[in-house]
Amino acid sequence: MLTRKPPDARSDDSGAKEPAMSAEGEGGPDPRSRPRLPADLHRRLYRTMLTARLLDTEAVALQRQGVFPAYVSLRGQEAAQVGSAAAMDPQRDFAFPTYREMAVALTLGVDMVGYMASHRALWHGGLYDPMASRFAPINAVVGGPVPHAVGWALGEKLAGRTGCAVSYFGDGASSEGDVHEAMNLAGVMGAPVVFVCQNNRWALSVPNEGQIAGGSVAARAAGYGMPGTAVDGNDLAAVYTAVREALERARSGGGPSLVEALTYRAAPHSTSDDTSRYRDPREEREWAERDPLPRARAALEAAGRADAAFFDRAEAECRAEAERIRDGVSTAPEPPGSDLFTHVFREPTAELARQRRIWQEEVA
Amino acid sequence: MSPAATGRTGAEAPAPPATMREALNRALDEALAEDPATLVFGEDVGRLGGVFRVTDGLQQRYGEHRVFDTPLAEAAIAGMAVGLAMNGWRPVPELQFDGFAYPALDQIVNQIARMNYRSRGRAPMPVTVRVPSFGGIRAPEHHGESLEAVFAHVPGLKVAAPSDAPDAYRMLLQSIRSDDPVVFLEPKARYWDRGPGPSGPEAPGPEAPGELPVGASRVVRSGRHATLVAWGAMVHRCLRAAELAAEDGVDLEVVDLRWLKPIDAAGLAESVRRTRRAVVVHEAPLTAGLGGEVSALITEGAFSRLAAPVQRVAGFDVPYPAGPLEPQYLPTLDRILSAVQRTFGA
Repeated sequence: MLTRKPPDARSDDSGAKEPAMSAEGEGGPDPRSRPRLPADLHRRLYRTMLTARLLDTEAVALQRQGVFPAYVSLRGQEAAQVGSAAAMDPQRDFAFPTYREMAVALTLGVDMVGYMASHRALWHGGLYDPMASRFAPINAVVGGPVPHAVGWALGEKLAGRTGCAVSYFGDGASSEGDVHEAMNLAGVMGAPVVFVCQNNRWALSVPNEGQIAGGSVAARAAGYGMPGTAVDGNDLAAVYTAVREALERARSGGGPSLVEALTYRAAPHSTSDDTSRYRDPREEREWAERDPLPRARAALEAAGRADAAFFDRAEAECRAEAERIRDGVSTAPEPPGSDLFTHVFREPTAELARQRRIWQEEVA
Repeated sequence: MSPAATGRTGAEAPAPPATMREALNRALDEALAEDPATLVFGEDVGRLGGVFRVTDGLQQRYGEHRVFDTPLAEAAIAGMAVGLAMNGWRPVPELQFDGFAYPALDQIVNQIARMNYRSRGRAPMPVTVRVPSFGGIRAPEHHGESLEAVFAHVPGLKVAAPSDAPDAYRMLLQSIRSDDPVVFLEPKARYWDRGPGPSGPEAPGPEAPGELPVGASRVVRSGRHATLVAWGAMVHRCLRAAELAAEDGVDLEVVDLRWLKPIDAAGLAESVRRTRRAVVVHEAPLTAGLGGEVSALITEGAFSRLAAPVQRVAGFDVPYPAGPLEPQYLPTLDRILSAVQRTFGA
């Protein structure tokens, strides 16, 4: 089923606000309509995307080796995730992910061994510190974290601080009632939150046509009184620019925004999935030609911002980093059984203490 | 912190609240005053002061930033509490009626109850979800539900249900000050009740409820022949049943369970080991209701002393009925007294 293709970026050329930036040079009919990235950032984000791709590949392999019981690949969504997360201020902002935001975590500097620990089933929310990382615990109820982001953002506003929340969800989650409630709440409250919908075309086995009435998540923003933008989610600079604009608006009191990054889930929903039962491999091949990673590389090359030595070095260093994370999560200790009980309550109850004694005596 | 806030009594203690509604209002007032991180929000809690006026005057006193109306969206109300808590606030959301807690259930069960656990203690949820609850006021459908078994079954939640005004005041402050999430079920049938509880501030006694920790029950009437266990508005009904039984020479003890999670298993056992008989009374439907849990705890804690199987008097296994049938659905005095008789083999 071949339907909509990624549109050209519709965000305006806000890069023009920074004259120091040079054209990214991805080509296209009108280079002036293309957003731009500073050269250093461009190179850095390419490396982050590359690390994410390599780590993703390692993670799939770990599942095949039986180290991970399952894994959810983000392959194909690196530009949407890295571009959006790079637009955040890691000192002030806070990201609320679902379960496929590994490259967001990587971009924000989350302890990735702790992050991947969730996929090794060491601890559901991951072992990283979500508060210090400003990246909420991994959440498998995909609509659930969206109102959390609104609450966090409202908390910033009430405190007179300038941080913004970034709420990640997908095309599937866009059907969840919580997402609609959250967007309306954000609109009513003027909460400084940016909703980043990664529309990867497939909610497990159901395509956009069976998921999104009207065909556009971004268009729904109007109904919630906020700007909505659909961008080419495989265009790193376009995503970065759109999210940064939205964050600047939120930070300056302009309220929430919705950015729909149109991308593609190149891999199955999870390692337990079989895409041949529901989608045409021709579609996968077509989208493979728009793979965001070679695209970012081509943009760097076309702009003269990186040479062969850069790419060789990036490949070696990013691979080493991915392997370090792989080895770290593979050898991380399993949690002690007492962890069953430790964090249920902050003020423990006699009943749970009793059950813990039973565990100690009869299980441990 | 005021003396009343800690449950201590003294000459300087403020005048006791007259009704449960006012008591809860005063508890919220004090919580807002003592901790600038406390936020009160929900449907119609701001300008209106809540449909039961529990939040009356609080927005005027603390401003629209501390006490505010939300859209009509229970999942968002509960969900925003998670984000607010993660940003250092102490949220006290209100879900307007028991039946409207169901749309918020995913956020309460999957998110509020688990976030401290999921984050390994790094993202605590000091959230108190207030829910005007239970029946008895001839309200429309979805306005008379008893959800305590639903919430008590969820790991990570604590569940409170006060029965009288002074205890409601103290338990609400205790809940808000707790760093664990509490679902606070307010018996709306008692909102306007001025009757002082047996251990009300007029006669605080050695067992002033403010001194009781989270999870403690209290004996609101001492007796020798059987123990009635109840919570919320059914405590009052059990006290009435005990008065009637006393006329026949039967001396009933009444235990106000207060906390439906954690449940005071030791307190239940202590009472029933003395009286040797127990009847648990609740408004919720019988099957898989909390009465089953209470019955099991009593049996485990007092089996050797029990003279009869623990009896349950509950709502019938039917949807909560409309006004004219409500008195026939809720445990009646006759049903409670018949259950007592059954424990005597009658």
